[in-house]
Amino acid sequence: MVKVAIFPPNSLILADLIERKGHEALALQKAIRQKVKDPDIDSPPMNITEEDPIKGLKYAAIEVPSGVRGRMSIIGPLLDEAEAAIIVDDAPFGFGCIGCARTNELAIFYLRKGGVPTLELIYPKTKDETTDMVNKINTFLDSLSLSNDSNEEKNAKNGENDVKEENNG
Amino acid sequence: MVKIALISCGTEYSGIQKEIEKAATTFGAEIIIPEIDLEYIDEAYEKFGFSAQSSSLKLMIARAMSIVEGKSKTDAVFIATCFRCAEGALVRNEVRRFIQENTRIPVVTYSFTERTKADELFIRMEALATTVARRSILAREKQEGLTLGVDSGSTTTKVVLMENNKVIGTGWTATKDILGSVAKGADEAFEGTGYSMDDIDGIGTTGYGRLTIGRELKAELIQEELSVNAKGAVYLSGHQKGEATVLDIGGMDNKVITVNNGIPDNFTMGGICAGASGRFLDMTSRRLDVDITELGPLAMKGDYKKAMLNSYCIVFGIQDLVTTLAAGGSKEDVAAAACHSVAEQVYEQQLQEIDIREPLIQVGGTSLISGLVKAVSETLGGIDVVVPEYSQHIGAVGAALLVSGMGKRQEK
Repeated sequence: MVKVAIFPPNSLILADLIERKGHEALALQKAIRQKVKDPDIDSPPMNITEEDPIKGLKYAAIEVPSGVRGRMSIIGPLLDEAEAAIIVDDAPFGFGCIGCARTNELAIFYLRKGGVPTLELIYPKTKDETTDMVNKINTFLDSLSLSNDSNEEKNAKNGENDVKEENNG
Repeated sequence: MVKIALISCGTEYSGIQKEIEKAATTFGAEIIIPEIDLEYIDEAYEKFGFSAQSSSLKLMIARAMSIVEGKSKTDAVFIATCFRCAEGALVRNEVRRFIQENTRIPVVTYSFTERTKADELFIRMEALATTVARRSILAREKQEGLTLGVDSGSTTTKVVLMENNKVIGTGWTATKDILGSVAKGADEAFEGTGYSMDDIDGIGTTGYGRLTIGRELKAELIQEELSVNAKGAVYLSGHQKGEATVLDIGGMDNKVITVNNGIPDNFTMGGICAGASGRFLDMTSRRLDVDITELGPLAMKGDYKKAMLNSYCIVFGIQDLVTTLAAGGSKEDVAAAACHSVAEQVYEQQLQEIDIREPLIQVGGTSLISGLVKAVSETLGGIDVVVPEYSQHIGAVGAALLVSGMGKRQEK
């Protein structure tokens, strides 16, 4: 299982495709759910308090608007966790969005900079393009599974070696 | 309950949603979010014509459109975007204009940070709630009968007596004991008019002490200074219709209010640095050993470029001016430099936060310092700055004007 960051970070369709292939989607909803469930904070609707934009300073400097830093305080940790990423550009509202173009630019940049396997796509406009997009996503996710399996095998072998070494020791 | 529609690019992501709702509730208002369909967003956005990249700004545009087209019902609109976001500021101002040009719904705009607290929003929410609840009063363009306006400011108390659309008496005194200061100011205002408190048809109060004074004098109108000062300024300067900006560089804080048809729609208030206030000019005049009333004419004769003034700080700034004088610099140049410094700071710290609309009406005691008015005009690229008669009594005039529509107290 690979942790896959998505963009838009709240796209239910991308999250669903990832989970169907047995990976973990790093979706915004989970992070928000955790905040909303926190009984200690009473700042509806999302329990984001003035402290969150300050946490966002890890990703953007103080001269960056508070809305960008507030969003990054939730999205940023998801990007940090990413082992792979799927980015869909030019998506309409219904596909998912976080509302702020500057946050989009920064979040995408962080994903690209992260150096993890990344699939970048343009939102499809026709049925054929849609099929093509889903196929590309599935192929990408399968390739993650393969490389993950081989990594796991490698780790397992290393583990055996470690054990052997330990035994030898 | 007054319904205030919140149009923003995501106050919830800055952690200030609760503060906005708290501020609205304090003044008997309720925040509502105009609900719209997904399809309507694109339709409204294309109709509006501003190519915004951020989808929340598109949503803002669509929400504004739904209000203008009557799809969403509201009594007032609060438009907020992040401080320092250029795209947000552009959309905020265009959406504001759009609503104002197409409806009579009062609008207030604000640029927020995560540090925005309910207290900072109170005066805006109060102004919005007041504007809705007292629209008929704010529509008043002419003073009638005999009314008294009291502006109890943090530094000075101003009292104005008006009769049949004319100021017939004024009082001005330093605010000490607030009720005693009002009594002193009222005595000055009544002097020579032949009238006394018993003859008054109505009393309006504004300023920091408005509630205490209003209760004591049983005032018919107790109103925040934002809408009252704005009304007084456009009334005295003859700009009751259309757009204008009101600038008040006070002794302790500065206010900039933008006005549309006599009703305030945005407001900024600063008071962090004394170097950007009238206090700096007061200290300069003392150092130059001239009365504050002479500082303006003195500055008009000087050239600010000839005096060294490297600091905006009230302490270091005054030291710089002293150094200039010690080096043989003229009093005129020093006075001009002091005025220029205050104007430049007000511009850099406050006027840039606001969408300036001409004419700029400068009011308050400092508007009588001609050198400062000139410096403000120069700093803003030479725009015309209007200083109306009685500009130092603006709040009291606004209160006397607005209360005149509320009937005669003798008949109640």
